[in-house]
Amino acid sequence: MISAFFIFNQKGEVLISRLYRTDLKRSIADVFRIQVVSNSDVRSPIITLGSTSFFHVRVNNLYVVAVTKCNANAALVFEYCYRFIAIAKSYFGKVDEESVKNNFVLIYELIDEINDFGYPQNSEIDTLKTYITTESVMSTNVAAEESSKITTQATGATSWRRNDVKYKKNEAFVDVVETVNLSMSAKGTVLRADVDGHILMRAYLSGTPECKFGLNDKLVIDKSEKGSLGDAVELDDCRFHQCVRLDEFDSSRTISFVPPDGEFELMTYRSTSNVKLPLRVIPTVTEIGTTSVSYVVTVKTNFNNKLSATNVVIRIPTPLNTTTVDCKAPNGKAKYVPAENVVVWKIPRIQGGQEVTLSGTAQLTSTTHRQAWARPPIDVDFQVLMFTSSGLIVRFLKVFEKSNYHSIKWVRYLTKASGSYQVRF
Amino acid sequence: MSTFRGPPRKGENYELSADLNSEYQSKRKDAIKRVIANMTVQKDVSGLFPDVLKNMQTDDLEQKKLVYLYLMNYAKTQPELVILAVNTFVKDTDDPNPLVRALAIRTMGCLRAEKIIDYLCDPLQKCLRDENPYVRKTAALCVAKLYDLKPDLVIENGFLETLQEMIADSNPMVVANTVAALTDIHEAAVANGSSVEIFIVTNAVLNKLLIALNECSEWGRVAILNALSRYETSDERESEHICERVVPQFQHANASVVLAAVKVIMIHLRGVRSDNLVKQMIRKMAPPLVTLLSNPPEVQWVALRDINLLLQKRPDILSSEMRVFFCKYNDPLYVKVEKLDIMVRLAGENNVDALLSELKEYASEVDVDFVRRSIKAIGQTAIKIDEAAERCVNVLLDLINTRVSYVVQEAVVVMKDVFRKYPSTYEGVIPTLCANLDELDEPEAKASLIWIIGEYANKIDNADELLGIFVETFTEESYPVQLQTLTAVVKLYLRKPDSSQGLVQRVLNTATKDCDSPDVRDRAYIYWRLLSTDPGAAKSVVQAHRPTISLPRTTVSPALLEELISEISTLASIYHKPAETFVGRGRVGADSIPRKGTDLEEDQNTARKAIQTVAAGQQSENLLNFDDPTSDEQQPSGLAATQVLSATPAAANLLSGTSSNPLDDLVSIFGSTGLSNGVAPGQPQGGLGAGLGGLSFGAPISPAPPMTPSVLQAATPAPTQLTHQQPPPPQQAASEDLLGLF
Repeated sequence: MISAFFIFNQKGEVLISRLYRTDLKRSIADVFRIQVVSNSDVRSPIITLGSTSFFHVRVNNLYVVAVTKCNANAALVFEYCYRFIAIAKSYFGKVDEESVKNNFVLIYELIDEINDFGYPQNSEIDTLKTYITTESVMSTNVAAEESSKITTQATGATSWRRNDVKYKKNEAFVDVVETVNLSMSAKGTVLRADVDGHILMRAYLSGTPECKFGLNDKLVIDKSEKGSLGDAVELDDCRFHQCVRLDEFDSSRTISFVPPDGEFELMTYRSTSNVKLPLRVIPTVTEIGTTSVSYVVTVKTNFNNKLSATNVVIRIPTPLNTTTVDCKAPNGKAKYVPAENVVVWKIPRIQGGQEVTLSGTAQLTSTTHRQAWARPPIDVDFQVLMFTSSGLIVRFLKVFEKSNYHSIKWVRYLTKASGSYQVRF
Repeated sequence: MSTFRGPPRKGENYELSADLNSEYQSKRKDAIKRVIANMTVQKDVSGLFPDVLKNMQTDDLEQKKLVYLYLMNYAKTQPELVILAVNTFVKDTDDPNPLVRALAIRTMGCLRAEKIIDYLCDPLQKCLRDENPYVRKTAALCVAKLYDLKPDLVIENGFLETLQEMIADSNPMVVANTVAALTDIHEAAVANGSSVEIFIVTNAVLNKLLIALNECSEWGRVAILNALSRYETSDERESEHICERVVPQFQHANASVVLAAVKVIMIHLRGVRSDNLVKQMIRKMAPPLVTLLSNPPEVQWVALRDINLLLQKRPDILSSEMRVFFCKYNDPLYVKVEKLDIMVRLAGENNVDALLSELKEYASEVDVDFVRRSIKAIGQTAIKIDEAAERCVNVLLDLINTRVSYVVQEAVVVMKDVFRKYPSTYEGVIPTLCANLDELDEPEAKASLIWIIGEYANKIDNADELLGIFVETFTEESYPVQLQTLTAVVKLYLRKPDSSQGLVQRVLNTATKDCDSPDVRDRAYIYWRLLSTDPGAAKSVVQAHRPTISLPRTTVSPALLEELISEISTLASIYHKPAETFVGRGRVGADSIPRKGTDLEEDQNTARKAIQTVAAGQQSENLLNFDDPTSDEQQPSGLAATQVLSATPAAANLLSGTSSNPLDDLVSIFGSTGLSNGVAPGQPQGGLGAGLGGLSFGAPISPAPPMTPSVLQAATPAPTQLTHQQPPPPQQAASEDLLGLF
């Protein structure tokens, strides 16, 4: 399995180096630096040289690298790298060169705990935080009892939850966050529209609560079996946090679980049918000779007028040889960003049922380069609160606990797009 | 803390040493941190060993961990001093705090100093039976560490038996780590040539694993699923049972768990005969596979490579899901390329229009490599779906009209394959292609266009002019282009003998006299002789009927495919190569360890290698292919290759292990080549010779050499042998002779 774990900065300097197995030398880091960091043409996240394989993941100019010498499980190695990044984020905010340097002792402690002899171990953030802390722990007799409890819990059947959680007010927040992926052709037909949904939960519940969760969903395994669904939403697939009892879901479709304390992602799902597109973008882009391009981009909102889309950012690509762009946007602000060859049009808020239009002209310089403009797609980012593209609704969340306390539940819906809502023109 | 990484100061180690011995606890701890920081950037701090060691005895867990980290790194270099630490370690394994006990046993396993190992066994024995599961799970892995260092000790102390018992542990995490340790030991033992099966998944073990599966952590599930995939079921009911128990894991959030479950199911489905259940399982597999595409790009890539394999095994698995594989503009290149391949695999009549408009879109993107692959994909679609061929050709024409150099060149290469699949269907395109002659500067594109001109010489009025351009510059062209020019001119001559006699003489002359490639020379000589002795035979050879090309459904042999499916989500399945090809066991090990044990298999491996080399040689050398028509007998190879495959039928046979005698297969390869020439076959080897008009060329070929090197050499000595067999006149005279015949 994983023989070594490294973190490099952008220059290829080693920030963290930990060998888990003895089939490698520390100097293997130099090989990675030469082959990957200083190589501008790396076209694969895994590089195998001889019998040594380097798996790398990039995050904020850092390389998180795992090295193996065997026929390793690649999915597991990458999942592990991303888990490390998630843990690091939760411990010290953001993962960049400075934070890694400032927290290297903690990182060593963490990577020793979540990996032993190359095999990933318990990596539940919530549990880790109970015994790996930023303050130093003294090993006294009192601590011994405490850690005995922690360790039993860390290895137990509900390794994600302490059993002595107590809250004055028992609350659970459910956030349904949907990311819409769209690609629309230049003719306005939808090539692909799907929803990646995440159900995030913040549980502040005492004791060991048993939760049951219900949605207006219908999991469609075979598309040909479509019947009348009523208002049920078709989900193509769903995945659950490890606290959910998968065997129960498989047999009776009930989602039951003992939640971790605090914030976690209960479930992710995917839906491709009846996706409601909250924003409709209608671009008209004409190249006038070789000297200019005219733009008319209209954005229509396609939901109830009590709701509104916020933080709308529309990125309209311009040809590479653009000199200036003159554009008029009655709503929001539009600005040409030469470094990225796009006009960025920001609208803080659009009410439902409204329509806004930008018009403009890009002036081009003459070039010797005669290749046609590739016309990358227009990209739209936005957020719509209390709206789900898939139509999913939380039907119930029941909490059962021995002490039978009353709990308050909150549900929020959010539909957003970031970087994957693309309209070609 | 960032100051720890400041520039090196003079005598830093001296300073550190002083601080490590400071009377203040905090100062000592800071010093240890600085030592670790130096260690990370590969500065030598091994000299501080005794000073660091003094700080080991502490109640501060963090400091203890740091000292341990240092020890793990330098224990090997200071074996004498490590012994001083043993006492503390052994004492720590008795600490009331389970975290300290686990830490001590974890670290001791990593020290790797001979001296300390003997002291490890007793505490390990104790920790394996510790009341705390956290200590037990750590101890379980420690056995694997010990085995890695000194296998004998593990066996002597009966640790293996203890581990076997621990599979029944009440704690799922302990079970998972035990399974991981046993698998690790098992693999190490197999790699070292041990014949004893250390970890056999028996029926009793199976049931315990299935129970633990639903309770343990995600990583533990992967370990357990791996073990399940090794279980050999005794009957169908058992296979079904395993599949049913594993299926819920498809819904897990961790992609490696999902892929491990896919692997187990694919393996155990082999034992399931009920079609209904198989269908049901395959149906349940599709949505999770698609969901894997919402992971980070690296994980997506792993999933895509595996989906590619699964589609080769079961093409129907994702038949209605092509749209999810459409590339996003900001996908990394490696993801896009894989998606392209899968889209072509999923293409069918019902979705081909959507696919083509996507591919056309991709062909206008920025990355040259991706654009080329997209165009290639259009060609593959044309070959795969007859009904859509015309639409594909229209898209290709649109692309050629963009006049972007690399787009045009790739489109020409692809058009050639379309012509091969649908002969004389799209001749209307030829003028457009020829109009772009000046654009071409890559050998493959040039060779393709020349092939098209030669093939349709009788339909192109100015074919002689066009080919004349290439004959002019013959010596400056690369060899593939030369070979193709040669063949095309001969085809032209056979079709329009009146107008092109001069051209054919010029090209044969240049090729035999001024060319330094033996291949080109040989081919020119053969044509020359053919034309001069029997133009009729020449016609039947050069214009022979060619079998049509098709898109191979698999890119690996069936046996290898099965093997790779059993390895899903590992590197082997990602590279689509068996693990042996990239995992060696050190320098000595690679050749000294008999692979997979039995002699028979060894033989097959050698044979397989020999055939592969021959096949590769054939492709590159065109050994027995006097003209590319014959090379069409195999998969698209040589000049016409769109894909490199080890795919002579005989080679595939051998790869799948059905034949063990390389000689048989060599003969059959040659035999089939001879047949496709349309020449009276006779003896398999003799057939070729006969076809060549009694040039007694049979001699250099017939010894169908069993060993690769000699086969490859056969290409080179051929010309000399030829002249020897001719009556005395030396080479020069011989060619004059032939010229006279014209």
